[in-house]
Amino acid sequence: MALLEINNLHASIDDKEILKGLSLKVNAGEVHAIMGPNGSGKSTLSYVLAGKPDYEVTEGSATLDGQDLLELEADARAAAGLFLAFQYPIEIPGVATMTFLRTALNSQRKARGEDELSTPDFLRLVKEKAGHLGISQEMLRRGVNVGFSGGEKKRNEILQMALLQPKVAILDETDSGLDIDALKIVSEGVNALRSKDRAMVVITHYQRLLDHIVPDVVHVMHKGRIVRSGGKELALELEASGYAAYGQDAA
Amino acid sequence: MAAVQETVERVRSLDVDQYKYGFVTDIESEKAPKGLSEDTVRYISAKKNEPEWMLEWRLDAYRRWLTMQEPTWARVSYPKIDFQDYYYYSQPKAKPKSLDEIDPEILATYDKLGIPLREREALLGIESTAPRIAVDAVFDSVSVATTFKAELAKAGVIFCSISEAIREHPDLVKQYLGSVVPVSDNFYATLNTAVFSDGSFVYIPKGVRCPMELSTYFRINERNTGQFERTLIIADEGAYVSYLEGCTAPQRDENQLHAAVVELVALKDAEIKYSTVQNWYPGDKDGKGGIYNFVTKRGDCRGDNSKISWTQVETGSAITWKYPSCILRGDGSQGEFYSIAISNGYQQVDSGTKMIHLGKNTSSRIISKGIAAGRSENTYRGQVTAHRKASNARNFTNCDSLLIGDKCGAHTVPYIEAKTASAVFEHEATTSKISEDQMFYCLQRGLSSEEAVALIVNGFVKDVLQQLPMEFAVEAQKLISVSLEGSVG
Repeated sequence: MALLEINNLHASIDDKEILKGLSLKVNAGEVHAIMGPNGSGKSTLSYVLAGKPDYEVTEGSATLDGQDLLELEADARAAAGLFLAFQYPIEIPGVATMTFLRTALNSQRKARGEDELSTPDFLRLVKEKAGHLGISQEMLRRGVNVGFSGGEKKRNEILQMALLQPKVAILDETDSGLDIDALKIVSEGVNALRSKDRAMVVITHYQRLLDHIVPDVVHVMHKGRIVRSGGKELALELEASGYAAYGQDAA
Repeated sequence: MAAVQETVERVRSLDVDQYKYGFVTDIESEKAPKGLSEDTVRYISAKKNEPEWMLEWRLDAYRRWLTMQEPTWARVSYPKIDFQDYYYYSQPKAKPKSLDEIDPEILATYDKLGIPLREREALLGIESTAPRIAVDAVFDSVSVATTFKAELAKAGVIFCSISEAIREHPDLVKQYLGSVVPVSDNFYATLNTAVFSDGSFVYIPKGVRCPMELSTYFRINERNTGQFERTLIIADEGAYVSYLEGCTAPQRDENQLHAAVVELVALKDAEIKYSTVQNWYPGDKDGKGGIYNFVTKRGDCRGDNSKISWTQVETGSAITWKYPSCILRGDGSQGEFYSIAISNGYQQVDSGTKMIHLGKNTSSRIISKGIAAGRSENTYRGQVTAHRKASNARNFTNCDSLLIGDKCGAHTVPYIEAKTASAVFEHEATTSKISEDQMFYCLQRGLSSEEAVALIVNGFVKDVLQQLPMEFAVEAQKLISVSLEGSVG
């Protein structure tokens, strides 16, 4: 069984169906890219998998390492090893980033029946991971995402991924709002987390990100379904021809 | 499937009220006859062996009270209070003479509340790592114990019940009692003046820095009892004191009445820091029961360069009507008000402060954080005024409200008046909600709904928590989490 396995997933918001029978299998060690025009349901897929309220699953299944994701609360899905890097990371004023990271990590450890990390161990771990991403101690003292630039927000997402060590990571438009230097740092951070035990799904509108995070498989999503899959060359083809081919058909 | 949706379901099935101090202590008590009359006032005064002047003061207040109307300007609503339906005095039957003679049931109560009354243990070093705090414990209408008296006396500090102060230190009491909150100040203060039962008295002599934190712990136990405590704190020239106040009550179906008066006097160069953690019973999930908390707290910065600082964490009571204020009389005096007011269930809070600038170069600072959840209403009401002689008066006000859910309300009512052109007053206010997005972000990282709310709220109140003495801050932080349990939705 694949690490992440989605079968015939239907989901709607406010009675409007967005996912219309989506199926996807991602094995451990693989990085899959999902591309597609705006409004094809890419972000909805990430929210439904992560358990965002307001989305209703009407049909189908999704499992992580054989475990039924859809019956779990969002926090239990996180503890089970699902991580979502947000397209627009949320601000939490007054809560130091460091405190947030520590609470998150310990909550997950607790949920898995592991001991909480001691303060010195935690600080050592954060320092190491933050260093690789060029995140300063000063930034960690600031409120979560408060006053962060676009690049800092995305680096902070990757830092959380590095700390939480998920089994499945979904990166939603991680390249949006990044200049080329920031894109490089973030991509390096993601590449460092590629591992034979981990699966990644990279959602993106543009080919640009895939020059830095090279996928094993590329899928094209349209109108709530995967309509085409191929190797990394598919991304290049899309870059050349655009999404025009997916304008009116395949309803 | 949605996390928040399920939480809403759970909240519905769950008793909002997580009040863990709701136990009743079974002790025999002696009560005044129910209701309020001159006889009640005489009864209370006689019980306390008060001198004639005190009785006269009370009777004067009672007669004025009869002519006064209950205030209605606050944004709170409740059925008309029948003042004849309360007991105005209740004391544990056996009056203790020393700590050893306190009814074990009462000691057990304070133990359960985590209030150490047995100073012997502390003195013997059994709890030597814990910070030492002198405690005055008030049970229903009577102060049952004051700890560390001898040690404080060595420093010249007087810390005792107000009843004792009236008997033992009449000159100080006569000079200062009612000098900050006059007899006919307001309906509830006047009522308090007529029937106040007990409370704490503190006097810090000239140039003395009080060697430990002083604390009073109030507990209402008897059914249908009003608690009317009276606290008077005087910091003489150059003195310093930090004072803590805590409050709890059992769960009762009826509304108990609490109308306290607190007066602070800071003379030249003196400083008083007054911290409250108010956790009276807030009522059950349907809004039944709970304490009516009508409190008048005021500090007078009487001397030049004096300072009074109020910090409050308000989580309890069905109704809170409370405005700890500062009169900045002395030149260069400073007033501060830091407040966290949390309301959940059907609680109603109308709270804030008054900063009255009279002296030159006076400054004040107001930081208020209101958090409304459930079906509660939470109002900040504040007044900042500068007298025409208060040149260069300065005020900074910041009041933020946080809403949890969509059935609660937060309101801000500032009154600002400057009669001198040289005054500089700043006012900032924000209202925000814990958004679904913030909750989802936290949950996606593995926090439970309750952890997420506690984290977000603690971030919101951080500036005020920092003002509390260390040991109180930890308690307050826990209390905030408990008060908001089941509030997500």
